Amino acid sequence: MAETPLAPKGPLAARRVLQLPLVDGFLWVVRISAVVVIVVGAYNSLTSGRLSGQQWRDLIVFGIAQGSIYGLIALGYSMVYGVLRFINFAHGEVFMIGAMTGYYVSSALSGTALWRSAPFAGLFVVLLCCMTMSALVALGLERIAYRPLRGKPRLIPFITAIGASFFLQYTVATLFGVDVKAYPAVPVLDGSISVGGFRILRVHLLVIVAAVVMMIALYFYIEKTRAGRAMRAVAEDQETARLMGIDVDRTIARVFAVGGAMAGAAGLLFGLVFQNVNFFSGFLPGIKAFTSAVLGGIGNILGAMVGGLTLGSVESLGPSLVLSGLDIPAAHQLKDVVAFSALVLVLIFRPTGILGERVGGERG
Amino acid sequence: MALLEIRGLTKVFGGVRAITELDLDVADGEVVSIIGPNGAGKTTVFNIVTGMISPDDGTITFDGTNIVGLRPSQIIQLGIARTFQNVRLFPEMTVRENVMVARHCRTRAGVVGAILRTPSFRREEADTRRRAEEALAFFGTRLVGWRFDTPARSLSYANRRRLEIARAMAAEPKLLFLDEPTAGMNPRETQELTELIRRIRDETGVPVALIEHDMRVVKGVSERVVVLDHGQKIAEGPYREVARDERVIEAYLGRKATA
Amino acid sequence: MADQIVPTDAPVGAGAGLLPAQGVSARRAVTLGLVAGVVAVFVSANGMVSEFAERDVIAELSLGVLWVLMIPLIVGSLAGQAPAVLQGFAAPRPGWRNPAGGALAGLLAAVVMAAFILLIDAVNVRDVLINVRPDLVETEPRLLTFGQGVGAGVALVLAVYAALGALGGALHLLPDRWRRAVVAGVVWLIVMGVLSSLVSQVLRGIQSTTNIWTAPLADALYQGGALTAPAAAVVFVVGAGLYLLLTRPRRTPARVRVRRLPDRSQRIVRVATLAVALLLLGLLPQVLGPFLSDVLNFAGIFLLMALGLNIVVGFAGLLDLGYVAFFAVGAYTAAVLTSPQSSLGVGWIFWAAIPFVVLAAAVAGLLVGTPVLRMRGDYLAIVTLGFGEIARLLFLSDWLKPIFGGAQGIIRVGDVPLAPGVEAGGAQPRLFFYVVFTFVLLAAYISYALQDSRIGRAWMAMREDELVAETMGVNIVAAKLWAFVIGAILAGFGGALFAAKVGSVFPHSFEVIVSITVLVLIIVGGIASVPGVVVGALILVGLPEILREFEEYRFLLYGALLIFMMVRRPEGFIPNTRRVTELHEQELQQDAWLRAKETE
Repeated sequence: MAETPLAPKGPLAARRVLQLPLVDGFLWVVRISAVVVIVVGAYNSLTSGRLSGQQWRDLIVFGIAQGSIYGLIALGYSMVYGVLRFINFAHGEVFMIGAMTGYYVSSALSGTALWRSAPFAGLFVVLLCCMTMSALVALGLERIAYRPLRGKPRLIPFITAIGASFFLQYTVATLFGVDVKAYPAVPVLDGSISVGGFRILRVHLLVIVAAVVMMIALYFYIEKTRAGRAMRAVAEDQETARLMGIDVDRTIARVFAVGGAMAGAAGLLFGLVFQNVNFFSGFLPGIKAFTSAVLGGIGNILGAMVGGLTLGSVESLGPSLVLSGLDIPAAHQLKDVVAFSALVLVLIFRPTGILGERVGGERG
Repeated sequence: MALLEIRGLTKVFGGVRAITELDLDVADGEVVSIIGPNGAGKTTVFNIVTGMISPDDGTITFDGTNIVGLRPSQIIQLGIARTFQNVRLFPEMTVRENVMVARHCRTRAGVVGAILRTPSFRREEADTRRRAEEALAFFGTRLVGWRFDTPARSLSYANRRRLEIARAMAAEPKLLFLDEPTAGMNPRETQELTELIRRIRDETGVPVALIEHDMRVVKGVSERVVVLDHGQKIAEGPYREVARDERVIEAYLGRKATA
Repeated sequence: MADQIVPTDAPVGAGAGLLPAQGVSARRAVTLGLVAGVVAVFVSANGMVSEFAERDVIAELSLGVLWVLMIPLIVGSLAGQAPAVLQGFAAPRPGWRNPAGGALAGLLAAVVMAAFILLIDAVNVRDVLINVRPDLVETEPRLLTFGQGVGAGVALVLAVYAALGALGGALHLLPDRWRRAVVAGVVWLIVMGVLSSLVSQVLRGIQSTTNIWTAPLADALYQGGALTAPAAAVVFVVGAGLYLLLTRPRRTPARVRVRRLPDRSQRIVRVATLAVALLLLGLLPQVLGPFLSDVLNFAGIFLLMALGLNIVVGFAGLLDLGYVAFFAVGAYTAAVLTSPQSSLGVGWIFWAAIPFVVLAAAVAGLLVGTPVLRMRGDYLAIVTLGFGEIARLLFLSDWLKPIFGGAQGIIRVGDVPLAPGVEAGGAQPRLFFYVVFTFVLLAAYISYALQDSRIGRAWMAMREDELVAETMGVNIVAAKLWAFVIGAILAGFGGALFAAKVGSVFPHSFEVIVSITVLVLIIVGGIASVPGVVVGALILVGLPEILREFEEYRFLLYGALLIFMMVRRPEGFIPNTRRVTELHEQELQQDAWLRAKETE
């Protein structure tokens, strides 16, 4: 059998070359050009010395603060995906509602004695309100829009989630108005402090600390408590979990509530950093948080944070580091293009993420 | 030279050897049964040959061409068509359309032709339709007439299995793979299908390789039986010999294959 | 066989039918009533009621009040309905429970509403809920309390809602066919009332174009934009009567009767129908007048996109959320080539730009389609969404401003020349209609032609089971890319027409919401169904343009519709003959024991 031709012959051979390899070739071109663009741009910016070391550090800190917020939102996507294998497209709106709640509650509190005498206690009250409100909205979503569709093909709940997303956006827009709401000032958070020689805005520090604390709390909740164990069991295998006596419906509702609460907290932090919020504020952070979740490995709690921090930094550094280096004018306008490009590239080339939870295969 | 020659086929799934150094031939005009306990790697062999998964090692030569690395759509064009263990039809398409899809590899009408309704497009479309109906007519009256236009999901289980075979045959294969064609059928239907496999070979001359658990079917149709266990070939030969083989009996854990 | 079971919404236990058939459930009525109350409060608080109060529908009854009153009526009808039973089992006999259930639900809705009325009367909520206007309760016309003060108003609300709920429930006392006739009559009434401007314009337009004496009918029907009371009665009777007439027993549907004719006659009937339809459509812009023609053109452009997306999502099962990118590419290509003030400044005529629109859209389709070949479902959707946003942001950016004009966009896009000296643009909506119409016809023809062809079958097979389709010889790469390219070209046409109609292009016309709108059109109409898409586009895009007060609530309604459709009717209102597996449970997959073996 040694004389068996090893390569296919004739027109088929030509088609074999033409079919996938062409696509693969195209993808390789995309990959290589992405790398080239990044390297050339970064080299040019770094050698040009357009920004000082301090400015770079500021960008990094800002990226981390922003990334922590993305990470907190990403948790909701990740947890829901882990349990139900579907993208809760409306999660960005849950976040926005948290930010809105933060605005109304903090405005109401801003004149009170509590706000002046114990600002952190005041903020804590606001935080609890945001988390509760977002968790309630997430629960309502699950009950009304998603639960009836459990077990349907994945696109059905996904399209429902798109509908829910716009419904929530315009509910807020029509009930509370479309104008941009400015958060009240929080004097304690003004200015910056120095941590180990690193100058850092107080509000950024608060965001990072809060996010880290919440991450750790969530980690223990999922790893160490009964409810967390039930969540992991349901994520692993719903049917078996049900047979083992776990109330699957309640566990799933709890996943939504916890994810929603995290998004609500992120909403408040977002409001404190960016000072304003309107009905459309949830869309972009939502998409970016989803990118973070995928980037870190969707379904993976730690991955959400890693992905968030990575994306936050990429988005913060990308325009100045890469695009300015390529002599693109007004590179900061393209901040979102960088984020979306990251989304597209990650989903195409590494859908399993950095910390890689198994997603592809049958489920993919 | 046999029509299909598999040499040294190896496939590892996450450290588990699904197929080890397998050699297997299918010659023109014969019916080969592949049997073996669950998990022996029978379906994996089909999946590799039809290009759904790629092997780790080995060569597969079909009709003088090495087909390793080709895409499934190219392999059916070369002439290997298959059915699936868990019937996989296009449930929302009609019976006729299901079969017409399989004509895809024998037709070439493009988008422009379809939009302009060129004469060659019309001719090919009519031909596709006719051949699909012919393939369905192979099963007598079960899948013809008003059934042409019913969605595949509304068929009974046995009819779905038949439709799947019709679909594979409409591709004018040179080799037909049937994955447990009688699973889930009652004895009468099984008997009928056994008859049908024989007819396929006798009337169209297409050789058939089938995976089967029902020993009556295996005995009834196959010239040759190949027994797999743990991804390895443990016996090969006519049914009578294989059924007496010690290793085969052992593989089935003493559950002697009854005639 | 299991699949013979008639689909019902009944809980499994109730459906078993071994228990005596259940009547109206009080618990269900309570739940429904509370939900209805929340909905009523919601539409009051978000300003819909006040906004709609401007438009009188029937005599003095405004759309805003009607909007609120419909809620107890509908919920009464739902609550007064006995749960569905399996076919073959006797349905519970109608009785006093039906109106009682409805009344209970209506009453509970009224309680919620009354609480809201008392709240806004006592507290000033307007700082937070900005759309709670004084005309709801405090000042005339006191929409929620029917013109009364708070005390009398609350009592009236309780009484009216309960009565309407009972009326809704009492509908179930009627025999099935009669009940549907009543509903049909009410629908006619509302449609004729709400669309008064459209209907009277059409009636006047018919008179002025064909000299058929129809305008007086408009005067008889409407007074000050609302149906007069006697006219309302006539409309109701005609609507119900038409329904009864069309559903009378043993009436053979026209389609069946045509099919019984010999082949030759069949062809004649078909050609004649087509000719009449074309003639009517040709007269349409004259009948509709400039404003309504403009609305129709707008809907037509969306329809064009919807037909394109229908190929991608409906036929091929690829959920594309970045579809607006192709629309933008078409619009910008047309604008750059036809505007004398663009970066190229060539100022070609529209038709010369069309081949380049096709080319640019096709290239864009390939660029988006190629990287996502291996993706499915929701990941595909998100990536395409990303592409759509990238495209918009690039068009908006200062970086590409020299070419696309950044936020200032491109102005003075050329009109569409129809004949020497005759140009159709946004200012000549009646002429422009023919341009849009031609493209829509082309798109519809392409959809039909491809549906029943080799590539159409490949798409459907791929949508249902990609792996098996490939094993059966379908070249997945080619099929997916063709779907993207054809969808992109149709959207590109839409974009070019949009640019010509508006006369300019700005990046803010190409936001995600456009993609979502188009998705809503095809899902509500009926995915993969061309007639469904047509009706969906005309109603969902056209109506908010005619009823400007809907504009603000358009996306709210779209979102609600998407949720409702997915939960209740994933196949759409005018479904394709075959339902879409991608969106449906594969009820009849394999027997469970076979599935267990799959692991081998």
